[in-house]
Amino acid sequence: MTEIELSAAEQTVKAAERGRARNGNRDRREQALVGYLFILPDLLGLLIFLVGPMLMAFVISFTDWRLTGVPEFVGLRNYEIIFKDPKFGASLGRTILYTIGFVPTVYCLSLGMAVLLTRRARGNFFFRTLYFMPIAMSMVVAGVMWRFMLDPGNGLVNQLLRAVGLPGFQWLGNVQSAMASVILVSVWKSAGYFMIILLAGIQDIPQDYIEAAEIDGASRWQIFWRIILPLLKPTSFFVLVILMINALQAFDQIYVMTGGGPAQSTYTLLMYIYEKAFREWNFGYAAAMSTFLFGMILVLTLIQVRYFRSGEVKQ
Amino acid sequence: MSKPLTFYIGTAVYYVICVVLAVIFAGPFVWMVSSSLKPPNEIFSNPPILISPNFSLDNYFEVFRQAPFERYMFNSFFVATTVTVVALLLHSMAGYALARLEFPGKRVLFILIISTLMIPFYTILIPLALLVRELGWINTYWALIIPAIPHAFGIFWLRQFFLGLPQELEDAARIDGASRIGVFFYVALPLAKPVLAALAVFFFLANWDSFLWPLVATNRPEMRMVQVGIQSFTGEHGNAWQLIMAASVIAILPTLLLFFGLQRFIVESVKMTGLKG
Repeated sequence: MTEIELSAAEQTVKAAERGRARNGNRDRREQALVGYLFILPDLLGLLIFLVGPMLMAFVISFTDWRLTGVPEFVGLRNYEIIFKDPKFGASLGRTILYTIGFVPTVYCLSLGMAVLLTRRARGNFFFRTLYFMPIAMSMVVAGVMWRFMLDPGNGLVNQLLRAVGLPGFQWLGNVQSAMASVILVSVWKSAGYFMIILLAGIQDIPQDYIEAAEIDGASRWQIFWRIILPLLKPTSFFVLVILMINALQAFDQIYVMTGGGPAQSTYTLLMYIYEKAFREWNFGYAAAMSTFLFGMILVLTLIQVRYFRSGEVKQ
Repeated sequence: MSKPLTFYIGTAVYYVICVVLAVIFAGPFVWMVSSSLKPPNEIFSNPPILISPNFSLDNYFEVFRQAPFERYMFNSFFVATTVTVVALLLHSMAGYALARLEFPGKRVLFILIISTLMIPFYTILIPLALLVRELGWINTYWALIIPAIPHAFGIFWLRQFFLGLPQELEDAARIDGASRIGVFFYVALPLAKPVLAALAVFFFLANWDSFLWPLVATNRPEMRMVQVGIQSFTGEHGNAWQLIMAASVIAILPTLLLFFGLQRFIVESVKMTGLKG
């Protein structure tokens, strides 16, 4: 940069400062006006379509409200029913079962794939693309497609099993295995997504740490447990929270693959809420159940926050 | 030294694992396309055939004959595109205001906006359905588009981006006489293109894939979005897997094209969701 250009730039900055001082008051008013104007549409949207309904759900949960009727205030009665309703307990149990099956499996698999892809090898990019492909498929299509491939007769999966001498299997048609099958399909759909997040987290770890450990003679195994995993804690925390929230809200794949069956073995809480609200039109009770589930997620998230923040010196 | 040998074994194991995973994750796509091209009697043939000698596109024509899939696709396209465009505009405005403008109450508004990220969709599902019914929006595009627009996530990321813009760029435009609104549209917004692209991919995918809300907000076949269309098609054609697979291929074609065409932005958008400010 030449001297003339430099001084020109300086003058521009000075002029800007002078201008700002002179027009301070007018500018402040303009900023406020434009600021409110810019924020207003989104703010209204959030208030009307998110915050409002959230508060409304809470209010509705204290009423008896059917499709055609007028909401009638019933106090805590819906919440009392929750604790006596065996169907609620059973479907909540299945939601928890789904979560316990889903969260660790996705986390371990996607972490494993992320670590696998950090190896400097030819074809990494290609493999990453393939693992990541299920993101291009909706849960609905994934569910439909897997239902086809898990067909108990001559579905592709059973044919492949028989080809290696194993018996075919009633994946979705069996009370014992339907939930596991639904979980596996959800894992298939989600693993690539979380792999990308964890991969980004691993790549953010300063390479010096790993090189220093290598020089000190640490094995790959030790590097993973002693360096990568501890330094990945913030990303892991985020991934686990998101996974848990996703798991407790799983709906599309279950609706499409089993509809809650067989013998209600995959009938989760969200299926029950959906049915109560939009099949039986019992809004009050459905709202109470969803408020309960929200409270549960909130508590679980806070527990996770505490667990992960302990011993962590960050920001 | 036997190091080369262990090295080669290690590399071989590495590639075997990579290929097995690739078959698990990408294989089903191949099988889906393959099945969509088969005549009905070969769907469950034993042993399975990858490329049928009788392969044809008949199933695809049949899908359009049996269900208004062009309508489902149009609905999804229209809704996803409109939501994406409007959302990006509104979120950039809000994000810009929160990052670059000073006004009373800004912090409180920011916290309020961010805290809406905690609200899970199923909690608001029932009141939202009642609200939309009250507004007379059931079976209209309004119901599919408007509630999908507000999203704190987009506001948050655009705010983060605008916070990082150098002040000098704005000052230069201000000296040239641009108003605050002018600075936003002609200076700040064009610079946000990479973030906007990643968010656009995120919003489009999310809306293309959405199922529960369109299921609740519409019940007329002509208002179905594509995921609901697929689900109802499955219900009506329980055993016609060749048709269901053809319909599924149709439904994922746009997202698959997006996936291969704009993979960089998709990866960016996923990373954005993963990195907490």
